Amino acid sequence: MERQQDYVLRTVEERGVRLIRLWFTDVLGQLKSVAISPAELENAFEEGLHFDGSVIDGFSRVQESDVLAKPDPNTFEILPWGKGSEISGRMFCDILNHDDTPFEGDPRQVLKRNLDKAHDRGFSFMTAPEMEFFYFAEGDPSKSLVPLDSGSYFDLTTADVASDLRTRTLLVLEAMGIPVEYSFHEDAPSQHEIDLRYTDALTMADNIMTFRLIVKEIAMEQGVFASFMPKPLAGVQGSGMHTHMSLFEGDENAFHEPGDPFGLSKVARGFIAGLLHHAPEITAVTNQLVNSYKRLIAGYEAPVYVTWARNNQSALVRVPVTKRGKQSSTRIEYRSPDPACNPYLAYSVMLAAGLKGIEGGYELPPEAAANVFELTPEQRAAEGIRPLPQSLSESLDVMENSELVAEALGEHIFEWFLRNKRAEWADYKAQVTQFELDRYLPAW
Amino acid sequence: MEPILLFPDPPPPELAQALDLSGYPWKAASDELAASRIEPESGWGGAIICAYLDPERAFALCRSLRKRDVPLEPLLLLVNGTQLGDLELRDDLYDDFCLAPFHPRELEARLKHLYWNTGAGTRPELVEYGELVLNLETYQAAIGGAPLDLTYMEYELLKFLSSNPGKVFTRETLLSRVWGYEYYGGARTVDVHIRRLRAKLGEHHANLIQTVRSVGYRFGQSRWGS
Repeated sequence: MERQQDYVLRTVEERGVRLIRLWFTDVLGQLKSVAISPAELENAFEEGLHFDGSVIDGFSRVQESDVLAKPDPNTFEILPWGKGSEISGRMFCDILNHDDTPFEGDPRQVLKRNLDKAHDRGFSFMTAPEMEFFYFAEGDPSKSLVPLDSGSYFDLTTADVASDLRTRTLLVLEAMGIPVEYSFHEDAPSQHEIDLRYTDALTMADNIMTFRLIVKEIAMEQGVFASFMPKPLAGVQGSGMHTHMSLFEGDENAFHEPGDPFGLSKVARGFIAGLLHHAPEITAVTNQLVNSYKRLIAGYEAPVYVTWARNNQSALVRVPVTKRGKQSSTRIEYRSPDPACNPYLAYSVMLAAGLKGIEGGYELPPEAAANVFELTPEQRAAEGIRPLPQSLSESLDVMENSELVAEALGEHIFEWFLRNKRAEWADYKAQVTQFELDRYLPAW
Repeated sequence: MEPILLFPDPPPPELAQALDLSGYPWKAASDELAASRIEPESGWGGAIICAYLDPERAFALCRSLRKRDVPLEPLLLLVNGTQLGDLELRDDLYDDFCLAPFHPRELEARLKHLYWNTGAGTRPELVEYGELVLNLETYQAAIGGAPLDLTYMEYELLKFLSSNPGKVFTRETLLSRVWGYEYYGGARTVDVHIRRLRAKLGEHHANLIQTVRSVGYRFGQSRWGS
């Protein structure tokens, strides 16, 4: 560790870094940042930075609220934006208790714990998300949303603004060491998708946190608002975070099996079976907002039923066809998560569900044949096809009884999350919406 | 410090004396073969070549010392007034020169400046390849003069690769030599970091790191020119 810290200290000095931002993530997945000066850096490495956890969502405890933030020198990056000479750097932090044990409310350490479990079985967990988001003219919720390229707003310059934004975003991402695979305009007006190249799940969760910030920062530079809200506009597609996953054993892709008709190994089959079996239990974590469930409806390429298939956009788990000779790219795609999730927690429960399937020797159900949406409810029932939870409330009910999720998240986060999300649902339920007024007021 | 190589053998007594007085260790050799036979294990601390005694052999020795994989430096040339014309087109063979007969104080001042400029002890260690420069002391990397912002592991990987140009390394070798510890990504981590390095090197320099199909990676050109 010494040399890594030395590297950071030296770089800060050589590059004239004025501010070091220490980043961590609260339980809801919001990025938190504490800025320190270079003079305080050495001490932060040695002792960590004390702060009162009770001000952070999900960090408060009954007895002791003080926690320590310890920067991870491996994550040091110079931030490629900011005003002129104000060079700043960032590092992700691990949150510790005063006795240097991992703090149970820290999502990053929850993921580390789950990755360690996979590692004990010889697996490295690799992920690659497809990040979808919208650009809007403004982010003021009291006004109606204006997509950038809907026609009227930026009439003549629409194409320019969006493509400038995207080019600049990609450059900044690359400068931050976040390579991009594809970037394209999605179906909905002003919706965009940027696919990140696979890496280990911890680095990827860090990357997602950085990604969301970069997209928003760059948009703000141009006076535009970027949103990862799962379903900001009714009637068009929502934003998902389809995640491609694979397990590696050393240099080998553990999902690949040359002789298998699907190219899938026993490990892969178990993993998919685990994901499918536990999908309803982990949905509250992968889709944590009231709004998330407005995306998971039929007709918008979002999954609604717990199925798997090779080439079927309605399936929850899709197995992309890999090219010949590209065994290492064998992977599966989990399509329910949305970009408003906490990536550390979402990847924790997805991995836990998959591992459970491998360990428990779960049987992979048959591939979903046609479009599941075209089946009648009776046909679906006959084939044993279950729906995903229909609302946050339903998700929480299923999660509450899940040993798998409780173990993956740990008691502290498990309980806090349920409590917090129940309150969110209660707030939502107390609202009288425009829909109700439009529909019921004239009639009753 | 390591001894300075002197030519010829034996060196002029006034040179040996000046060095002894100013505390520079030295050893003398009469040609490249002798020089490499008595070379200290960690290499010469520099060289002072008296070109006014046997110009032809002196310049030949300079050339061979400079053509090594790691060129010997600093190299101080002692020439007499009639030889100044001989220095033309030989700028690559020496770092500084001093007119003989020399003044011991001048020799000492020139040596001191050379060591400040190029001396192994006082100048930071650099790894250079084309436009890429890594300063091993400050951990800074730059390409074409522009600093590269690297994470610690990216820097270590680039350092290892650029210190061994032309060699092919497997992922396992890189993982054990560069990371040397258990990492969440396993062997695939290497691919991921190579990709990140290429992205940071920029389009123009990304091909400094070559993928060698079904083997691993190579930095720079192959030794066999392919």
